[in-house]
Amino acid sequence: MQPPVIEVSGLSKAYGDTRAIDAATFEVRQGEIFGLIGPNGAGKTTTMECIEGLRAPDAGRLSVLGLNPLKDGKALQNRIGVQLQEAQLQKRITVKEAIGLWSSLYDTPLDGHQLLVQLGIAGKANARFMTLSGGQKQRLFIALALINDPDVVFLDELTTGLDPQARRAIWELVRSIRDRGKTVFLTTHLMEEAERLCDRVAIIDHGRIVDIDSPAGLVNRHCPERTIVIATEDDGVIGALREIAGVDRVTREGPSVVMQARSIDVMTRLIRVLADRQTPVTDFRTIVPTLEDVFLKLTGHSVRQ
Amino acid sequence: MTGWPLRGLGALTWLEIKIFMREPLGVIGSVFVPVLVFLVIGRTFGGQMTGAAPGERGLVGVDLAVFAALLMSISAVLSLVTIISIYREGGILKRLRATPLRPLTILSAHVLVKLLFTAITVGMMTIVGKRYLPVDIPIPWFAFTAATLVGTLSILSLGFVLASLAPTARFAQPIGTIVLYPMIGISGLFKPVEDLPALLHVAARLTPASYAVSLMRGAWYGDSWLDHGADFAGLAIIFTLCTLLAVRWFRWE
Repeated sequence: MQPPVIEVSGLSKAYGDTRAIDAATFEVRQGEIFGLIGPNGAGKTTTMECIEGLRAPDAGRLSVLGLNPLKDGKALQNRIGVQLQEAQLQKRITVKEAIGLWSSLYDTPLDGHQLLVQLGIAGKANARFMTLSGGQKQRLFIALALINDPDVVFLDELTTGLDPQARRAIWELVRSIRDRGKTVFLTTHLMEEAERLCDRVAIIDHGRIVDIDSPAGLVNRHCPERTIVIATEDDGVIGALREIAGVDRVTREGPSVVMQARSIDVMTRLIRVLADRQTPVTDFRTIVPTLEDVFLKLTGHSVRQ
Repeated sequence: MTGWPLRGLGALTWLEIKIFMREPLGVIGSVFVPVLVFLVIGRTFGGQMTGAAPGERGLVGVDLAVFAALLMSISAVLSLVTIISIYREGGILKRLRATPLRPLTILSAHVLVKLLFTAITVGMMTIVGKRYLPVDIPIPWFAFTAATLVGTLSILSLGFVLASLAPTARFAQPIGTIVLYPMIGISGLFKPVEDLPALLHVAARLTPASYAVSLMRGAWYGDSWLDHGADFAGLAIIFTLCTLLAVRWFRWE
């Protein structure tokens, strides 16, 4: 297992009577995409900004790349890249100028033009910030976050407000950041994004970390039930399927037999039954619960409210 | 370069100059309008207000120039207070903060930009004044511009304290106006500071405008800089104090 690059232990922060973060403890490993997921107002941004050294926590220990974000802020700023939620730049600054300014702030910046090419906005180098589309602005902010060739990249609600196509393109970029050996820490309230993009996620609700695991691990542990749709004309198989341990219900729905199973262990037994009986099957589909279902189960409320 | 505490100052200043130039209304408003107003007022009232004897200094000779320079300096400060608030509200300041930039660097860059444009405006004003106004006196444009800049710097530091305290961009302008413009009234332009009621006298001594006016007048008369040590001291103390407070109270978001 890779050593942790971010260690958070007992992190707490309150605004007045509101506990924005309540004793959060987790770690982020070298080279992974780690997602802090939860609804708006759950404490994601506050947590991230404490780790970045932009906010002082009330309590808890923080270590990023072995540095204390509050005490070694300047040293840390050189080694991390940051994209902030809803950040803006000067309306009339051009893409090239922004990259140039950022480059001037670091000792060993990457080639700015090269970065713009990689991010697909080299054609916009002379465009002013206010004329960029949402996706182009986010690409620019990613470029600014990468200009100092950081070890850890922080991305806060990166794809909020983008259309699905732009979102997918940005996901691809984030994966390419990880593939270059960087660690990515991101926040999102989009469960689909977390599921597609993150190696591991921490679910946060009302400032508390509810659980941490890979998206698949969370789904398997908290929502092991599966719906299996088997396209077959053989009605005889229904009785046999009902005999399988862990199966709740088997019904025929049109051309398919639909099976509700309580756990993922059912899958192996099911395949064995179908094979033993030599049932002709034309299609086989498993409907897997999503992180949204996990969130609902763990917190008792939907992530969308 | 790593040790240099104001890293990025040059790059940021140059960038802000370019960005400012891209907003035509801002340039016209802060550079050309003051010069135009000065010229119009000067041509309209100049003849009547200048003393009969050649070389005698009337309103145009000294106080119109000082008044215009002070107005311009205050409007530069006001626009700065507003810019900082807009930058804060737009999240620009926060984004800049998540870099090795320091607060002092960002503040300094904006000060340099404002000083530059103030210098250009005062310079143009004195040249225009010399050429078009019916006042036949030598104009010490270099000394006067320098005095205006020193005064502006001090007023700017006060502006930064206001920018640090203004809750939102919408409030920044009115707060700035309420604090900064009344300074003109007790600056000694209309009535010597010594002749003001005790309370206003004290207030005048606490604001940069009184020292700025005295210094600018002196520069216009061609006084030696040494004669204005007290003005320099007053401006320097206010500048130091306000800068310290601004850096301490500065909010990024």
